[in-house]
Amino acid sequence: MRLREIAHSRTGDKGNTSNISVIAYDPKHYGLLLQHVTSDAVRKHFAGIVEGKVTRFELPKISALNFVLEQALGGGVTRSLALDAHGKSLSSALLDLEILIPLSDGSAQHSEQ
Amino acid sequence: MKTIRIGSGAGYSGDRIEPAIELVEKGDIQYLGFECLAERTIALAQHQKMMDPSAGYDPFLEQRMHAVLAICKARGIKIITNMGAANPVAAAEKTADVAKQLGIKGLRIAAVTGDDVLDVCRRGDFPFLEIDGRVQDLGARVISANAYLGAGPIVQALAGGADVVITGRVGDPALFMAPLIHEFGWAMDDWERLGKAALVGHLLECAGQITGGYFADPGYKNIKNLARLGFPIGEVSEDGNVVITKVAGSGGAVTEATCKEQLLYEVHDPAEYIQPDVVADFSQVTVTQAGPDRVRMQGGGGKPKTGKLKVSIGYLDSYIGEGQISYAGPGALERASLALEIVRERLEITGAKTSEVRFDLIGVNSLHGAASPIGGGPYEVRARVAGRTESLDEAVRISNEVESLYTNGPAGGGGAFKSAREVIAVASVLLPQELANSAIQFLEV
Repeated sequence: MRLREIAHSRTGDKGNTSNISVIAYDPKHYGLLLQHVTSDAVRKHFAGIVEGKVTRFELPKISALNFVLEQALGGGVTRSLALDAHGKSLSSALLDLEILIPLSDGSAQHSEQ
Repeated sequence: MKTIRIGSGAGYSGDRIEPAIELVEKGDIQYLGFECLAERTIALAQHQKMMDPSAGYDPFLEQRMHAVLAICKARGIKIITNMGAANPVAAAEKTADVAKQLGIKGLRIAAVTGDDVLDVCRRGDFPFLEIDGRVQDLGARVISANAYLGAGPIVQALAGGADVVITGRVGDPALFMAPLIHEFGWAMDDWERLGKAALVGHLLECAGQITGGYFADPGYKNIKNLARLGFPIGEVSEDGNVVITKVAGSGGAVTEATCKEQLLYEVHDPAEYIQPDVVADFSQVTVTQAGPDRVRMQGGGGKPKTGKLKVSIGYLDSYIGEGQISYAGPGALERASLALEIVRERLEITGAKTSEVRFDLIGVNSLHGAASPIGGGPYEVRARVAGRTESLDEAVRISNEVESLYTNGPAGGGGAFKSAREVIAVASVLLPQELANSAIQFLEV
């Protein structure tokens, strides 16, 4: 399953740092976000774009996560050579993240397979 | 309990004008904020002011004031904006001109200055936060230094009877915090209330981004009538809690989801949202739909301010040369890829002096580079090359190498575009707050 099925997202920028929120549509999926959308998973998903640290902040009261991606905007919004210098489209890339849904027998499965 | 209603009339300089008119006509608001300064805007404005001392304020100031000034004055709605950019005094004078043209009398306009800290930053020893080095290292390349001032001077201007307050660089939320502090008489060390005020400002400062703008994703997040998007109103009560709403019948939507997205927009640690007046805490905020297009947000908090102000230093960084050209139909991807290879080789052969070059296939990998999925070729692809240089001439060479693919490159290239531009970049330093002295000038029409 793609993250997009259970969560929505918005990207913000400050200098060379991007932040991406991941917000569960339904609070019952917050646990899935916590479990599957880790800093590691996000760092791997953005390999080749994000050169610095990825930090995750948890907001249980709104069933959301906030990721802070350092050195992620090609040297900074005001000097980047990138077409999307603000990295505004990164949220859409993160929603493409594939997450494994645990089945009742304990195994994991990609829903598309 | 006393409540006040604050409208947000712009989320950036080029924003739509009609939603602000709708707010003043139908929003039953007492304050209207226009947030119009992006990170780099003030550096560019400073550049203009250097060439013309009466310039350097927001290019849409006159149009916006024409649109709302008369009705705001008639209804007692106060306007607060950072459209002063690099020249708040000239912006106030221009606003006075507009008032005169409209036949408005008894209008008091305040210009807040003091954010320009270029001299202090040139003399002092300030290391950059995001890049290596110090302000002094950049020498004459530094063109502007503007501190993010807090809400204090705006509150003073309101207390002085201002109908319109025009600032340069202030923390964006400060434009909306000031009326709360002024109306409710909150102390500047009441950290919890200032934190709640910062939350209100943060939610409102991007205008339509909380009422359904920048949100729609058909099939997943449907939003109606974005062509007539209504801008937000913050209905704030004396306890600091806020209901976000909009004018009935306007486009867009105010839902828990739109509010949550904006709550985290441009936030790093939600427990430490650093503003000039307070370190706000958004981590315990709750978001509850209280009615159609009405969302209540509670639980904002705050801690003492850091005592330092963030300063944006604008400097001449480099030049960027860029070119694009499109390919379509069978083999589009292969021809666009060939185009990039040709330019890559040309830049080597001709010895182009670049410190960084980027090769993109728009439609394939231009947005997410190596993180893009690999899939079937698209029907059309646009090849793009962008390179950083030390001179405009070198930048022009890069753009020409793409354009000349017309007659020298793969078959069927069309729609070439080129540009070569100077880059004014921005980096930040921290300044002890006592080194920035704000001042207020009043103008009366």
